[in-house]
Amino acid sequence: MTATGMQRANFWGGVITGLTLLFALVWAFPLYWGIVSSLKPEDEVVRPFIELWPDTLTFQHYVHALTSTQIGAWYLNSVAVAVGVTVITILSSMLCGYALSQLRFPGRNLLWWLILASFMVPTQALIINHFVLVSQLGLINTWAGIMLPQLIHPVIIIVYKQFFDQVPKDFREAAVMDNAGEFRILFKIYLPMNWGVTTALSIVTFIWTWNAFLWPFLSVTRTAMMTMPVGITQVNDAFGVYYARQLAAAVLAGLPVAVAYLLFQRKVTEAITLSAGIKG
Amino acid sequence: MLRNRRKDALVAAVLVAPFLAIYLLVFVWPTIQMFGISFTDARLIGSGEWVGLDNYTRLASDPRFKTAVWNTAYFVLLTVLPGTVIALLIALGVSRLTGRLQAAILALFFLPYILPVSVVYLIWDWVLNFQFGILMHVFDLLGLDRIPITKSRTWFMPAVGIVTIWWTAGFSILLFLAGLRSIPAEIYEAAALDNASRWTTFRRITWPLLWPVTTLVFTIQLIAQLKIFDQVYLFSQGGRPNDNMVLVYYVFQRAFQQDQGGRAAAVAVTLFVLVIVVSVLQFQLLRLAGGRK
Repeated sequence: MTATGMQRANFWGGVITGLTLLFALVWAFPLYWGIVSSLKPEDEVVRPFIELWPDTLTFQHYVHALTSTQIGAWYLNSVAVAVGVTVITILSSMLCGYALSQLRFPGRNLLWWLILASFMVPTQALIINHFVLVSQLGLINTWAGIMLPQLIHPVIIIVYKQFFDQVPKDFREAAVMDNAGEFRILFKIYLPMNWGVTTALSIVTFIWTWNAFLWPFLSVTRTAMMTMPVGITQVNDAFGVYYARQLAAAVLAGLPVAVAYLLFQRKVTEAITLSAGIKG
Repeated sequence: MLRNRRKDALVAAVLVAPFLAIYLLVFVWPTIQMFGISFTDARLIGSGEWVGLDNYTRLASDPRFKTAVWNTAYFVLLTVLPGTVIALLIALGVSRLTGRLQAAILALFFLPYILPVSVVYLIWDWVLNFQFGILMHVFDLLGLDRIPITKSRTWFMPAVGIVTIWWTAGFSILLFLAGLRSIPAEIYEAAALDNASRWTTFRRITWPLLWPVTTLVFTIQLIAQLKIFDQVYLFSQGGRPNDNMVLVYYVFQRAFQQDQGGRAAAVAVTLFVLVIVVSVLQFQLLRLAGGRK
């Protein structure tokens, strides 16, 4: 490449990079704006001009949200549901993925086919009968009721099967020679060798469940049983038309997943690309 | 050997049982029930009388159902292709960066995706607020007339479409980045030696090699957006839900607001079949396209 050609390439490369950085700031601006607005006094929020930083920095809306609304209860509900769904989903998927990967049994192909087919099923279409089912079980307004229809993420089974398939056969053969049972092989060999993918899948399952809206919204009618994402939009009288208060509640609802993401950025991105069928 | 196989089957049954039980309970049983009650005049809870295909034939002349179908299609049009293109452009930009800067910039683009939909709604509802929203201040500065966006028949769907792209692009960006990383650097080096221009390099190398990821992103988006509900519901609060009706919203309205389980189930079955047909078609088309190459 000639010297001028190189310069031109660098110039345009620089322009593209600059545009990318600028666009990233514009992209993230609504997030910044939501947070900043939640730190302003209510009368400052409605001023008729743009102020990018609060005149008076205040945490009063956070204090209000945490002390005068049911956010505490919603937090607890969200944590309980997200942890419950994560543990049950990961465990049941791991067991099933292990069986599919390591054992030959009648109905194995049918099961595999069922799992693949279930990708197409729109769970949104099942809300009526999920509601009927959960109310027949008497689980409306309970953690178990919020959890039940969310306990399936077929993709996790598929990811586990792929990872278990890659464990060298020698490990299993040696363990079988030692008369180890399948559970011991799974929990002493296969699981420890796949801790990385297990934590990654657990984190994203937690985030997915924390963020779920439609089903938690339908299956709860009592304010005290709502999850965080539902509560902050459904209970207007808790916040009234106090914009800053509402935004403070929004920040509190987004904080746990945002922190989880920022702490485990690589795990989260790994699990998400895996769940789309791409090896990271 | 025979005993071994028997033992295997027994162990497998135990291992598979928890998943299978949940699967039957929350996937298979509700699906069967959904088809069943769609032929009855059942309310949300309790059984009803058999009415044959009535619930389906009524859909044909139901204006709100038509609105729902139309809006769902419109929403798909507004989000799927634009969302894929924007995510690709962002991914191309981000892939040029390295190290910590790349991680930081990627995080800025990705953060919205991991937030709950209601947080996204509250932030954007505030940005778009007719009286105090920052966008309206910008409109004022530019000399444009203010628009009550979430209350407007014209602007509602495009606005929710943009918010949806903003919310979900992070996911597609990740997939594109993974795809870009898997293209060997040597190919680019060879192109540079040949003095290939940036555009030629993109058209001849990046685009064709990224094609599988592009179709994957497109497919995932298409199927996800057919099932749109949350954003439309939230932004319609205090607005015009009946004008903004989409398919899942219609299921929700019939079942949970009008207590007509049977009629709602007919809409749900329509959606169910639609999603499955689109999934299968997509799969077949992709296979055909892949086979021709």
